[in-house]
Amino acid sequence: MLQGVGLKKYFPATRGLAVGRPRGWIKAVDGVSVQVAEGETLGIVGESGSGKTTLAKLFLLLERPTAGSLRFDGKAIEAFGRDDLAAYRRAVQAVFQDPYSSLNPRMRVEHIVAEPLPRDNGLSRAGVRDRVGEVLQLVGLRRDSAALYPHEFSGGQRQRIAIARALVTYPKFIVLDEPVSALDVSIRAQILNLLKGLQERLGLAYVMISHDLAAARYLATRLAVMYAGQLVETGECDAVYARPLHPYTQALLSAALPLHPSARRQRIVLTGEVPNPMNPPAGCRFHPRCPHAMPQCRTAEPVFKEVERGRFTACHLY
Amino acid sequence: MSPRRRRLPWFAGLVLAALVVAAVFAPYLAPHSPTEGDLIKKSIPPIWMEGGNPEHPLGTDRFGRDVLSRIIWGSRISLVVSLVAIGVAGTLGTLLGLVSGYRGGRTDAVLMRLTDIGLSLPTILIAVVMVAVSEPSFRNVVLVIALLLWPRFARQVRGETLAIKEHDFVALAVVAGRSSAWIIRRHIFPNVVPTLLVISTLQVGYVILLEGTLSFLGVGVPPPNPAWGLMIADGRGFLATAWWMSLFPGLAMLLTVLAVNLMGDWLRDHLDPRLRQVGPQVELLGPAVTQPESTPARGIAAASGEP
Repeated sequence: MLQGVGLKKYFPATRGLAVGRPRGWIKAVDGVSVQVAEGETLGIVGESGSGKTTLAKLFLLLERPTAGSLRFDGKAIEAFGRDDLAAYRRAVQAVFQDPYSSLNPRMRVEHIVAEPLPRDNGLSRAGVRDRVGEVLQLVGLRRDSAALYPHEFSGGQRQRIAIARALVTYPKFIVLDEPVSALDVSIRAQILNLLKGLQERLGLAYVMISHDLAAARYLATRLAVMYAGQLVETGECDAVYARPLHPYTQALLSAALPLHPSARRQRIVLTGEVPNPMNPPAGCRFHPRCPHAMPQCRTAEPVFKEVERGRFTACHLY
Repeated sequence: MSPRRRRLPWFAGLVLAALVVAAVFAPYLAPHSPTEGDLIKKSIPPIWMEGGNPEHPLGTDRFGRDVLSRIIWGSRISLVVSLVAIGVAGTLGTLLGLVSGYRGGRTDAVLMRLTDIGLSLPTILIAVVMVAVSEPSFRNVVLVIALLLWPRFARQVRGETLAIKEHDFVALAVVAGRSSAWIIRRHIFPNVVPTLLVISTLQVGYVILLEGTLSFLGVGVPPPNPAWGLMIADGRGFLATAWWMSLFPGLAMLLTVLAVNLMGDWLRDHLDPRLRQVGPQVELLGPAVTQPESTPARGIAAASGEP
């Protein structure tokens, strides 16, 4: 179980010349509590700048939270010893968006894929090679791809290598940050199917960050919707899609293309812009753009609460 | 602006090949001893002038030493000094640049201020200090040059490191639990190598000039070694009457630096079109004879690149 409790990440906003105190804080993630159980897929959706990727970086320990805590199997990250950290690094892997940037052009596939294996893994050279071959086959590549360099592969194949690399340590969690956004539409389905198949076979849990609602829907069992650094709604994926509660979720989903082209759709068009993360609006952060805004939305920040079984949202309507 | 495909600079390649051959086979190629002269045969003009001697095609100097032989032996000094100095400065600068760029923060601030100090050291002042505190020797020349050279490597490598650090494979290596040392060694360094190759080549010209300057000032390779700078200095007093003593080593230096810079530009265009001109222009405080080489490498290359 991977759990974030009240996670906050503020980045200092500096002046042109970085002297003295920052003139403000960019609140990239501002109080997010979210958990991922083993075997499930948590889809995190939201528009650009909503804090999705920062949240992913917090999970991967690439950024340290400004406040709040991350718990892994009940133990807080801050209390981690050396061994705990090593165990965490083995259990949580990542696949990033751009398969060109995520593979070092000067390393052979073999070394790229084997990199997450700890140095004192107890495996012989042959054992490592064997494991690398095994995961390459799992993602649908040939064993002898190991001897090649990344530039000898296409974008889709590169993403497969990135996935193979994430699998090599027998992880429990894989953070997928926009795993198909950089790929051709024709390749996307292949990679999504691969991810789904791997999950079923290996019992993986995914945290899937995406702005692509169709892709998120395909993989996610649970959905979390982010807006301006905060969660606005979570719930079972199908339930959220069928009946979104929060006005932002409603608008977001209405912007996605329907599954069938002739399906009737009602577009909710939002006016205004995404709030400035340095100085978000008071009260509900969505109120300046919300079609249902009420006077109290301007002043009181809505509490993130369970309004139905398994359905959480932060909105004064409920 | 798309980088123009530039053909291999065959002229530069030829000059450099000749230089290397001369340096390696100096004992077999040089017709005379570079250090021992016959005072009876002093100041013989080049072969095509009146009084020229076929035994000394480029004439002799004021001690009767064969100019051609000294130039051939001198290529060895130029080459060895540049290779060793660049090796020392490159290793140090690369190491500091990698650490500075990768660690960032306070480490970076401190190391970069150090680099700024290094870059602002005036060549002549260092040379004068050297004269004051020690005897000229091969080791000291290399040390002075390395001292003046490492910041160029440090700064360039740091910049490159900052760019490479942003790639996802670095973040993924962190996620994989690898140490900073591993990431620098396996991810950053291999991607810096092409840049390193280019800056090293472009610095060879600078080092040869610097060595020439130091030797000219008498703080370089000690006489009677046949360093080109020393030869130019030796002939300085006889420019009006025996110009060949200074001109030919000056020409050798000019050709070498020109060739190295052309080669460096070509390498840069082929290995890394993004790379900008390296460092400040060669600041030469030495003799007038060697001034033509201080023309910006860019200008020479651009002119030669015209159809």
